[in-house]
Amino acid sequence: MSAAFVAPRFNARAVWAIYRFELARFLRTVGQSLLTPVITTSLYFVVFGAAIGSRMGEIDGVSYGAFIVPGLIMLSVLTESINNAAFGIYFPRWTGTSYELLSAPISPFEIVCGYVGAAATKSIILGLVILATASLFVPLHIAHPLWMLGFLVLTALTFCLFGFIIGIWAQSWEQLQVIPMLVITPLTFLGGAFYSINMLPGIWKTVALFNPIVYLVSGFRWSFYGNADVAVAVSLAATFGFFAVCLSVVWWIFRTGYRLKQ
Amino acid sequence: MTAILQISNLSKTYASGLQALKPVNLDIQRGEIFALLGPNGAGKTTLISVICGLVRATTGSVLVDGHDIQRDYRSARSLIGLVPQELATEMFETPLATAAFSRGLFGRPPDPALIERVLRGLTLWDKRKDRIQTLSGGMKRRVMIAKALAHEPRVLFLDEPTAGVDVELRRDMWALVRELRDAGVTIILTTHYIEEAEEMADRIGVINKGELILVEEKSRLMAKLGSKTLTLQLQDPLALLPPELAQWQLTLKDSGHVLEYRFDTNAEENGIPGLLRRLHELGIGFRDLNTEQSSLEDIFVSLTGKRAEAAA
Repeated sequence: MSAAFVAPRFNARAVWAIYRFELARFLRTVGQSLLTPVITTSLYFVVFGAAIGSRMGEIDGVSYGAFIVPGLIMLSVLTESINNAAFGIYFPRWTGTSYELLSAPISPFEIVCGYVGAAATKSIILGLVILATASLFVPLHIAHPLWMLGFLVLTALTFCLFGFIIGIWAQSWEQLQVIPMLVITPLTFLGGAFYSINMLPGIWKTVALFNPIVYLVSGFRWSFYGNADVAVAVSLAATFGFFAVCLSVVWWIFRTGYRLKQ
Repeated sequence: MTAILQISNLSKTYASGLQALKPVNLDIQRGEIFALLGPNGAGKTTLISVICGLVRATTGSVLVDGHDIQRDYRSARSLIGLVPQELATEMFETPLATAAFSRGLFGRPPDPALIERVLRGLTLWDKRKDRIQTLSGGMKRRVMIAKALAHEPRVLFLDEPTAGVDVELRRDMWALVRELRDAGVTIILTTHYIEEAEEMADRIGVINKGELILVEEKSRLMAKLGSKTLTLQLQDPLALLPPELAQWQLTLKDSGHVLEYRFDTNAEENGIPGLLRRLHELGIGFRDLNTEQSSLEDIFVSLTGKRAEAAA
C-alpha cells in the first residue's frame, strides 16, 4: 500500500470515472435513449413537415419542413439535457450513493465536470442523431456548421447545468419532472420552434422576447439558414448569460452545501 | 508516532437546533481498531459523517495523518474509506464496475489485480458481473465494503457493519477487519452491540447523547463490565461491619439489612466461598442472596448520572 500517495490538484481520474460511469448508463439503454426522440421527431416531420407544412408557404425563403428542423433539435436537446443531468445527480441522492461523492477527494467543480459533461455529451449525440433523421425528410443546408456545433454544445452545457440544479433541488421524482413539464416545454413551444416570432401579432412579439428559448432557437436557426429573428450576437449573449446564471447557482449550491450537506 | 486521527473540539449542531455532538476530543492511534459504542441516536454516525465530509462541523477540527479535513480535504479524504450504515448501492451496476468507479473517484489509477483481490476477499468475485440489485442484502453490504477498500484507504470507517447481518457474514466481517488491521489499516467502527466491541476492538469509546463520555482500553472497560455484585439479605441487621470481613471490602446498606460485595468475574478467585465460610463462622445468617452483572447500560447510567449530578 502506498502511504506516500499525494492527492492531485485536479482529480482528473475522478472526473473521468464519473463521466465514464454516466455514459455507460446511457450506452446500456442507448436504444430507448435515442429511439424515443428519433420517433418523436419523425412524427413531427410527418405532421408538421409533410401534412401541414405542404400547405404552408416558405418562411424567410426556407420551406416550412426545413424551417422547423433547428427548432425541433433544440426542443429535444433542451428537454433531454435537463432530464439527463437532473436524473444523473438525483439518482445517487435518491439511492443514497451520493455519500461516496461527498466523501471522495473531489471538488464540486470536478463533480459538475463529470456529471454535466456526461449529460451534455448525450444531448449532443442526440442532437446530431435528430439532425441526421431530419435530413432523411427534408433537404438540409447548414450555412455555418461550426456555429451550429457551437450553439449545440453551449445549449447542451447550459441546460445540463440547469438540469443539475433541478436534480439537486428536487426532493421527489415528481419535483424532478415539474420544471421540465411546466416551464421548459411551454417556453419551447412558445419560443419560435415552429414559427418565426415575426409572425406573432403586435404585443406578443414583445412578450416573446422575454422568453430565453427564443434566443437559442433563433441563433441556432441562423447557423442553418443565415437569417434570424434576433441578432446573432444577442442570441449568443443571452445563451452565455443563462450559462453564467446556472454556473453561479451551482457554485452557490456547493458553497452552502444546499440539499447536499447538513 | 503521532495519532492518525486527531479530533479536536469537534461539535455539530444541526439546523433544527439539535446538538448531535458535543465538543469531542479524541486521538485514534495508527493501526488500532477503535469501537464507538453507544445507543441509537447517540451521535456515532454524526461523528463519522463529519470526519468523512458528509456533514459540516459546527466547531473544531480533524486531522487525518496531519491533513486538515477542510483545508486539505483532498489528501485527508484520499486516506479514508467509508462504509455507511444504510445500504446504498448503484442497483443497475455490477460489483466490478462500481468498485472500479470508486477507485477512480478517489483519484487512483486503474488496478484490475487489486480490484480482483478485494472482490475475492469479500467472496464477490463470482458475482462480479451480476447486477447489484439481484444480490442479497449481505452481498450488497460486501459490495459497499469493496467500494470503500478499492482505493486502499489507511483509515476505514465501518458504521454499524453488522447491523441486520446474519451470523456468517458477521464472522466474515470480523475476520476481514482483523486482516485489514494486520495490513496496517486503522479501523473505526460503530456498534451498539457490546459483544461486537468486545470481539473486535483495541479501544472503546462510549458515546451517549452526543457526548463522548469514556475512552478506554478494551481490557480495562471489560474489567468494569465484568464486575458483578453479590447481594445478601441478612436475617438480623448489622450495626457495623465486623473487622474480620475487611478483606472483601463489603458495603452495608438498607440500615444494616443488606450486605453488598462487588467481585470480578474475570478473576480466578472471586472470593465468594471464602466470604460465605467466614460469615458462617461469625454466625451471620442470611435469608436470600443474588448476583447481578453490571451491564453497559449500568455504565451509561453511572456515567451519565454522575454528569447530571455534577451539573446540578
